Amino acid sequence: MMDARDAMVVSGGCCAPVAFVPSAAGVDPAFVRRKDDGTGHIDFLVPEMHCAACIGKIEDGLAALPGVARARANLTSHRVGIDFDPAAVDPDALLAAIGDAGYAARPFDALAFDAAHSDTVGAGLVRCMAVAGFAAGNIMLLSVSVWSGASDATRDLFHWLSALIALPAIAYAGRPFFRSALRGISAGSLNMDVPITIGVLLAAAMSLYETATGGQHAYFDAAVSLLFFLLVGRFLDYRMRDVARSAAARLMSLSARSAMRIAPDGTVAHVAIAEIAPGDVVRVAAGERIPVDGVVLDGASDIDKAMLTGETEPEPLRAGGRAFAGTLNLTGPLTLEVTAKAGDTLLAEIVRLMEAAEQSSSRYVRLADRVSRAYAPFVHIIAAATVIGWLLAGAGWHMALTTAVAVLIITCPCALGLAVPAVQVVASGFLLGRGIMIKDGAALERLATVDTVVFDKTGTLTEGSPRLSHAPAASPTEWAIAGMLGARSRHPLARALAAAADGRAPGDLDLEAVVEHPGDGMEARLAGRVVRLGRRDFVGGVVAAAEETGGSEIWLRVGDAAPLRFGFEDVLRSDARDTVAVLEAAGLRVLLLSGDRPEAVRRAATAAGIADWQAGVRPDGKAAAVAALTAEGRRVLMVGDGINDAPALASAFASMSPANAADISQAAADIVFTGRRLAPVTTAVATARLARRVIRQNFVIAIGYNVIAVPVAILGFATPLIAAIAMSTSSVLVTGNALKLPLLLRRRRRPAAGGAPDAVEHGA
Amino acid sequence: MNGLMILIPVALALGIAALLAFLWSLRAGQFDDLDGAAVRILRDDDGPQDRPARR
Repeated sequence: MMDARDAMVVSGGCCAPVAFVPSAAGVDPAFVRRKDDGTGHIDFLVPEMHCAACIGKIEDGLAALPGVARARANLTSHRVGIDFDPAAVDPDALLAAIGDAGYAARPFDALAFDAAHSDTVGAGLVRCMAVAGFAAGNIMLLSVSVWSGASDATRDLFHWLSALIALPAIAYAGRPFFRSALRGISAGSLNMDVPITIGVLLAAAMSLYETATGGQHAYFDAAVSLLFFLLVGRFLDYRMRDVARSAAARLMSLSARSAMRIAPDGTVAHVAIAEIAPGDVVRVAAGERIPVDGVVLDGASDIDKAMLTGETEPEPLRAGGRAFAGTLNLTGPLTLEVTAKAGDTLLAEIVRLMEAAEQSSSRYVRLADRVSRAYAPFVHIIAAATVIGWLLAGAGWHMALTTAVAVLIITCPCALGLAVPAVQVVASGFLLGRGIMIKDGAALERLATVDTVVFDKTGTLTEGSPRLSHAPAASPTEWAIAGMLGARSRHPLARALAAAADGRAPGDLDLEAVVEHPGDGMEARLAGRVVRLGRRDFVGGVVAAAEETGGSEIWLRVGDAAPLRFGFEDVLRSDARDTVAVLEAAGLRVLLLSGDRPEAVRRAATAAGIADWQAGVRPDGKAAAVAALTAEGRRVLMVGDGINDAPALASAFASMSPANAADISQAAADIVFTGRRLAPVTTAVATARLARRVIRQNFVIAIGYNVIAVPVAILGFATPLIAAIAMSTSSVLVTGNALKLPLLLRRRRRPAAGGAPDAVEHGA
Repeated sequence: MNGLMILIPVALALGIAALLAFLWSLRAGQFDDLDGAAVRILRDDDGPQDRPARR
């Protein structure tokens, strides 16, 4: 992820081709899949591919290489699949070709990825939906003829034809419900699928009996269109979860990478991280994430620990220092002696904390499940009461059973099945259009009821990248030197300096012998004078006590001139203060928990208007703080981006993380948002609250329909025609009600998180 | 009645044909890259290598 982010900074986003420097590691040959005919296939992930021009540049660039048989970019999954001749071109050249087109790419194992997240469930649902839709349409055609007056032999023929279509269709398309109902019963609980299964099967059986005996009413159309509507709801629900889940799985498949191991005889080989053992020697190129914990044998560099600890300022690392997995090696190559297996690193420890938190956090019961728990027994009792009532009233078995089946069909939770997913799909689509990605519907439900928001500082409340805040009185030449030297380094402060110098420099100078001293800074010669840019003691800077601000700094000295100090600060996201104010106005308590130094945290908290803050919090401390708030009965929304936030994200009631967060944080969070602003937090909360209101309205509509239709059915007036009309009307009403959500959201243009929070009652 | 004997099988056959066509397109990867399909039309130079992937 970090490599990709760096490339973004360089290229300024999509469609601005800039030569991307591929990491020196190259492509691990394990990613190449050999086919039977000797050709190879490899998949690359290209996160920044967004438009037609991107596809064109990448595909054309690859097709121009000799030995490439076919290159196909998939914009939806951001992948490029390449068939090539391994003898004519090697994978490194393919990676370089994508790099030349201006995009950062990473090889990844599509087979392992697809196996880990098989889409068989989704494909199965679509096939069931297609079959049910086809059957429902054709049976409805026949049914309309019956309703409009076909009689005797014609009616019987049409009923038989309907049976011919309906029975196989039900057997095929009903399987998702039958399986789930069986699971529910064997687990001793009544889920929504039990009444659905009983209703559909009884309706089919009774209709078959009616058809065989030349009866008047057959409910094949009702049974099949019920399945169709429910499958639509089920598919929408699945689809929403899948979009986010595959995004998370994609991130995880990226982080499982290999390391460069140096054997005792000096040969270098790519080895899966799991195979690295303590005592091995590993090489980490500049710009790479450190794969394992270890001690530096050789080399010097600056280490960006922001993801692991939340500290903004990179730390110099020299031979003998300890390097931790998950941190980023910025400026120089390192040779490490591994001290811990991949499973024993500090990173792995945090992942374990996160998994423990995920398991212990109480399982949330979704709204729809709570409603169906109350609803399913109710349906069965009414149906049974109908049979008994008609028998007592003196009707025959046939009459009593027919009526009871009609009751089951009418009460089948068709609208209930659509009530929740329709709203959630509309809401998550609305949010997706604003760069906010929700992992599943339950997250949206939970988000609607949060009453406390905990922010992380580095990268969440702040932008996570330094900006020049204290500029010295430098001459244009000095600015030019600073810009040119800064641009050659990977150090974030140097990069920020280069960006700041961009507008103030007169033009390029003849810098000679530019070298980077990892951990110290840059050195060059300009017209015989030594120019140094870097740490205070490297440059020889002196600070008056009054000037000591505690922020990050970088120094520049040209020849014997007085050294110049450039001060940096990690600036707040532009709307951080407004976001906090809006959240507090909506009645939410806002806290700040950070692993950074107290003075940095205090500055950020004051600037953002957060009164309640803690600094120097360790990863387990964050999770513990969230757990303590939960124990007080608060519903916590955790917003964080670092690896150190992952346990807290997992243990919070709801969680969000920005798109530039660490992989495991994005995997742990319910919601991922993009962009430089913090407003998505308020947008998401407001949308979730509104969605909850519309879902409640939908329940009212669905239940109101039952209040009218059930008595009609109990009294024996529910003909197949009435059942069909009632069922489709309520489904259309519920869906239409869901579709008005974006209108409501757009109307309340205020960026407020929903004005007064609608009382946080629970239970539907 | 005679008309029905022809029309009903014809209607069903058409429906089944559409169903099979949909299932085929699902399997053949026509729905794999909906975003890409939407923007590919903006490319000028669709070469022969741009046919959908078959998996």
